[in-house]
Amino acid sequence: MTISIDPQKTNNESLQPKGWLRYFSFSLDHKVIGIQYLVCGFLFYLIGGTLASAIRIELASPMSDFMPRDVYNQVLTLHGTIMIFLWIVPVVNGAFGNYLIPFYVGARDMAFPRLNAVAFWLIPPSGLMLVASYFVEGAAQAGWTAYPPLSITTPQSGQIIWILSVLLLGGSSIFGGINFIATIIKLRRPGLKLMQLPMYCWAMLGTSLLVVLSTPVLAGTLILLSFDIIAKTGFFNPVLGGNVVVYQHLFWFYSHPAVYIMVLPAFGLVSEILPVHARKPLFGYTTMVFSIMGIVVLGLVVWAHHMFTSGTPPWMRLFFTIATAFIAVPTGIKFFNWVATLWGGKISINSAMLFSCGFIINFVFGGITGVALAQVPFDIHVHDTYFVVAHFHYIVYGGTVFIIFSSIYHWFPKVTGKMLNEKLGILHFIITFIGFNLCFAPQHWLGLNGMPRRVAEYDPQFQLVNQISSLGALLMAISTIPFLINVFLSVRNGKDAGNNPWNALTPEWLTSSPPPVENWEGEAPLVEEPYGYGK
Amino acid sequence: MLNKNFYLILIISLVFAISFWIGFNVNLLPAEASINAPIYDELFKILFIIGLIIFIGMTIAVIYSLFKFRKRNDQIGDGIALEGNLSLEIVWTIIPSIIVLLIGLYSYNIYDRMGGMKELNHNHEMMSSNTEKIWAGISQTPDNEIAINNLSIEVSAMQFAFLFNYPKGNFISGELHVPVDQKVSMKMESKDVIHAFWVPEFRIKQDIIPGQPTILNFTPTKVGKYPIICAELCGPYHGGMRASIIVEEESAYKEWFNKNKKPEVNL
Repeated sequence: MTISIDPQKTNNESLQPKGWLRYFSFSLDHKVIGIQYLVCGFLFYLIGGTLASAIRIELASPMSDFMPRDVYNQVLTLHGTIMIFLWIVPVVNGAFGNYLIPFYVGARDMAFPRLNAVAFWLIPPSGLMLVASYFVEGAAQAGWTAYPPLSITTPQSGQIIWILSVLLLGGSSIFGGINFIATIIKLRRPGLKLMQLPMYCWAMLGTSLLVVLSTPVLAGTLILLSFDIIAKTGFFNPVLGGNVVVYQHLFWFYSHPAVYIMVLPAFGLVSEILPVHARKPLFGYTTMVFSIMGIVVLGLVVWAHHMFTSGTPPWMRLFFTIATAFIAVPTGIKFFNWVATLWGGKISINSAMLFSCGFIINFVFGGITGVALAQVPFDIHVHDTYFVVAHFHYIVYGGTVFIIFSSIYHWFPKVTGKMLNEKLGILHFIITFIGFNLCFAPQHWLGLNGMPRRVAEYDPQFQLVNQISSLGALLMAISTIPFLINVFLSVRNGKDAGNNPWNALTPEWLTSSPPPVENWEGEAPLVEEPYGYGK
Repeated sequence: MLNKNFYLILIISLVFAISFWIGFNVNLLPAEASINAPIYDELFKILFIIGLIIFIGMTIAVIYSLFKFRKRNDQIGDGIALEGNLSLEIVWTIIPSIIVLLIGLYSYNIYDRMGGMKELNHNHEMMSSNTEKIWAGISQTPDNEIAINNLSIEVSAMQFAFLFNYPKGNFISGELHVPVDQKVSMKMESKDVIHAFWVPEFRIKQDIIPGQPTILNFTPTKVGKYPIICAELCGPYHGGMRASIIVEEESAYKEWFNKNKKPEVNL
């Protein structure tokens, strides 16, 4: 199915601003929306990173001496919320999904371009609102999990703004999810079969199913929580007979799948990047597809492993242990397949490849601690400690954020028509990789030895290790400098990339760089073998 | 070919040897001070060794690939067009499944030994309300067999302190004193937000929830003073919400208990 261009639409297009101004407009072009998501997400990443630096400065000394204690709780709440809802979820889903999916299915745009633009434009106001809530009466300070009764008893305006902003961001995410499902299922060009799609499409299909199934539960939960705060209802308020553990079940029913909403798209992106730079087909396409769907199904039935120390009966703890540990199987398959993709290739060691390999190493580490955490007796000691903090940063930073950078190095030539500087890119990788591991690896020890998470003060015996961790955080902050210099220099003066600098086979490389408004001058090419290297 | 296999076996044995050596010689855990702790540390050691084998193996595979299969300047063209290998993929589906299943069964066994699968009941002679629903906790007590001379303590948590009520002595303490090698049975409830009771040296943690009593039973095995840490974000002073548990010899405990005991009021 090709989309016929109706004259009205062409007319509208001509009314849209040209040049850089279109990135500030209500553009309907999926590529413009993708870049809007990416840049907006990156700006929030810088804010969230600044907050993270503030946390690490506070924790460089055992006393609570850098900022007031309630401000510290606001900082950690905003850090978590911004990084999850305004950086990782919108970027791995919205940014790369919007840019790549229409190319991959051979369409000229997403299925619902207006819904797409609405989904993006919900993000900046809700993000700004969230950050601005700090200046009202103080931002939310109950953590990104907003467990009642703490979230009911802390200052209300911050918590209400937090709920409103997360609801809007959840809405944006649902709009995006519906759009991706419709585009992948219905907008494929004639002749293109599902099992010929690039892996990122499968990852986005799985992710979008999770978004559509679980985000409404979060929305409902937060609406009930806001009733408890504003209208003094008693859903989660124990004083009025409410049940606080029910909130945790409902919250994690979304928020555990949210982890897969953050990592599955990264699995898809790395599956696009590795074959191109290793010059080899993606190893085990079919098992990769089935393992994505396996992760989707299992991901929906593991939420209570976040609650092993709350009110969960023994049988429930056991069920969720087994279900959680079994996610390691489909995930493991994917990692073995990626290493097998590298094996016997002709690998170009460039920034994109290095960040992808860094992802594999970091994520395997985070996955191993994840299997350990799934075991109830293990979790009972380290739950809510820095061990858990270290574990999930290995997953979302060492995993997903590494892939975001890898993807930027990989697709920058397509988006801008210019190459990024490789030397600066490799410098960026080295500082990020060392800084990241220096920051988070020691935190496992902290958690095992008695440092709980979300504290502004700690036992003096942990000072040295915390300072090592803060040093790592400093390196991570520094690592964004070569990256930003690289991007700004390359956009203006970068080497011309040509249409296909990597000699890649996926469809986005078969058009000009940057691509024209409706992606192809003529008809969309039929790519039956997106990974047909070596043939 | 033989040569290649020889190196592969050599590397795998080295990875195993290094992992076992680290697993047995690097201690990442604090002191063991309850009967739960050695059981926990046994599980930790096993998981640590398996994790190290997988992590070191995968890291070596990635770094080796990057060096061995890097594109040399004189090379053109692509790598081999290998799209998959069904038997290999079946192998790395089945082996991890078995490992995961074995770990699951083993940790079930550990959990059972810690008393996690025991029915949750808590027989306080002072307030024996057996019909009361206990929501969660770890119980080392065998079903329906609760030694009367268990030390029963009621814990209440609030922003930002723990209070320990000794019903037998009719007094409340801010410090938890327990005799060594005796089963302690605690019923915990929060007065405001969710807190958690964590003693790292005991390897136990249980949330203290408003409106839903939880129980935690443990047996300390080593005399000493250990921190009780709140592990659930409970407000601005969360990081400062700490108490101490003092494990002492029976006689020292008796002395402390009798000093604090209030005369019972006879009605």
